[in-house]
Amino acid sequence: MDKLIIGGREFTSRLFVGTGKFRSNELMSAAIEASGTEMVTVAMKRIDMDNKDDDMLRHVVREGVQLLPNTSGVRNADEAVLAAQLAREAFGTNFIKLEIHPDPKYLLPDPVETLAATERLAKMGFIVLPYIQADPVLCKRLEEAGAAAVMPLAAPIGSNKGLVTSELLKIIIEQSCLPVVVDAGLGVPSHAAAAMEMGADAVLVNTAIAVAGDPVRMARAFAAATIAGREAYEAGPGAVCDCASASSPLTSFLS
Amino acid sequence: MFSEELKKYSWDGTTAEIMAMTAADVERALSKERLDDRDFMALISPAAEPYLEQMAQRSRAITERRFGKTISIFIPLYITNSCTNSCVYCGFNRHNKFPRIVLTPEQIEAECKAIKEMGPFENLLIVTGENPAVAGTDYLEKALQVCRPYFSNLTIEVMPLSAEDYERLTHSGLNGVVCFQETYNRDRYKVYHPAGMKSKFEWRCDGFDRMGQAGVHKIGMGVLIGLEDWRTDVTMMARHLTYLRKHYWKTRYSVNFPRMRPSEAGFQPNVVMSDRELAQLTFAFRIFDPDVDISYSTRENHQFRNNMATLGVTTMSAGSKTDPGGYACYPDSLEQFAISDPTGPLAVAADLRALGREPVWKDWDRIFD
Repeated sequence: MDKLIIGGREFTSRLFVGTGKFRSNELMSAAIEASGTEMVTVAMKRIDMDNKDDDMLRHVVREGVQLLPNTSGVRNADEAVLAAQLAREAFGTNFIKLEIHPDPKYLLPDPVETLAATERLAKMGFIVLPYIQADPVLCKRLEEAGAAAVMPLAAPIGSNKGLVTSELLKIIIEQSCLPVVVDAGLGVPSHAAAAMEMGADAVLVNTAIAVAGDPVRMARAFAAATIAGREAYEAGPGAVCDCASASSPLTSFLS
Repeated sequence: MFSEELKKYSWDGTTAEIMAMTAADVERALSKERLDDRDFMALISPAAEPYLEQMAQRSRAITERRFGKTISIFIPLYITNSCTNSCVYCGFNRHNKFPRIVLTPEQIEAECKAIKEMGPFENLLIVTGENPAVAGTDYLEKALQVCRPYFSNLTIEVMPLSAEDYERLTHSGLNGVVCFQETYNRDRYKVYHPAGMKSKFEWRCDGFDRMGQAGVHKIGMGVLIGLEDWRTDVTMMARHLTYLRKHYWKTRYSVNFPRMRPSEAGFQPNVVMSDRELAQLTFAFRIFDPDVDISYSTRENHQFRNNMATLGVTTMSAGSKTDPGGYACYPDSLEQFAISDPTGPLAVAADLRALGREPVWKDWDRIFD
């Protein structure tokens, strides 16, 4: 498989994993292990940043895995910039997943504040991965603002509804000069495979693994699906045949 | 810049890949919703020849969905044939002995008036040779200002400029820029363009990036069919288009496939493209990029233009003169290339209507400049 590079770092696994909603930190840790992921996002608000022995953090941090702090909980660009600075200090990384969702019910990202915050954070040297609506124009604007990747949603976060925004995701993938990470809404491994077959560079999954009957096995299933989807994309699928054998009414003038 | 990106692709490797395409590759390309450069290569390959009718049907359906049943009409206005280049195939080659003309602002205005008498043209393509000393950016700026009151959409086909100069011209009504790379074969480019600014491959190739950076609304691309293997050249152009779309996403694009015609310079094409092959290429480009404007000039004959008008082409020139002053001031000056369709614009429009196509003269307004 082709390598994925974000913010100068190379990733072999194209499955990124979230750390919320698990019934125990131990189970979360086992699921991360089983997923084979090399990028794990963690909500800053869940971590006691003054406590180096924070239990959740202890279960997240591991060799070879990039920590991706996220700003979940902030409601505007100012709060996001402050949160990112705190995260850099606490976790020692420039990677930041920018999540600005002022709407507490559907947790839909605010595009205006996200664009403003991306521009500011990129200038401050952050590797910004903004979580956004599947909006192709916004993706191009974020690219110009200095984002390191874009993370459009497949469906509202935590909904497990799959690739609801697929037509827009296809446009984003076609147009983007940045890695496209499909984030939010993927409910089962086949959703992840479909996103990868479409040409997404990676997927981020949290709820579907965390609330599965067996999160460890589900993490493994998502890992396999992500690999399968990427392999299929790179291999080039065969033709879907619906071709009638046409006579030549349009091209007879060329005979 | 695309000249760097282009280094990723081997010319010979691309040619070999195209010639190795199979029927299965063509069928795969035809079954896909979004095509990549490999699919495009399949559709222009000899393996796609038996699929021509299927490609025509797909091309027509995509074109009608995206553009409706319309054809945009434009006319070129050559304002100078003065040129410091020595392109071996071009009538304006500096070694050709003939009187060089640089139209004055008054003469340009007279040409505009003559064009408006021929038909309700609103899309004007201003064309020059390359001689910045006598027809540089200042001259182009003045020409745009003279033409602006007569036409709602002004495009230039001139030497590559700096991003700053493109940007400057947009303030005088410049809307689009057409530039033909001629060939993407870097090694052979200099054989055809041995001297002058045009001999600098990178400067020309990266001109498209500069147009994008300057915020030009529409960029026209083209390779001159007749220099190098056309399949490889148009594949490189398709890759260039994909690159430009990603980087300059607010811009519209058009493509041209000018087949080399006889000219004063006496250069004969190295490769000859048949009507059937040009049709195949047109269908392939439409299927590859549903949004790109495909333009046919009067280099093509009337009958072929009419046949292709409903199958993927979206823009046509009409009533063209390719000599400076040819509409009013110097009706007998030397033309850049011989045209094949001398049909007048109103007759072209009538033919298009008979084919069920609306000729669109105006689809822009200066208030958007």
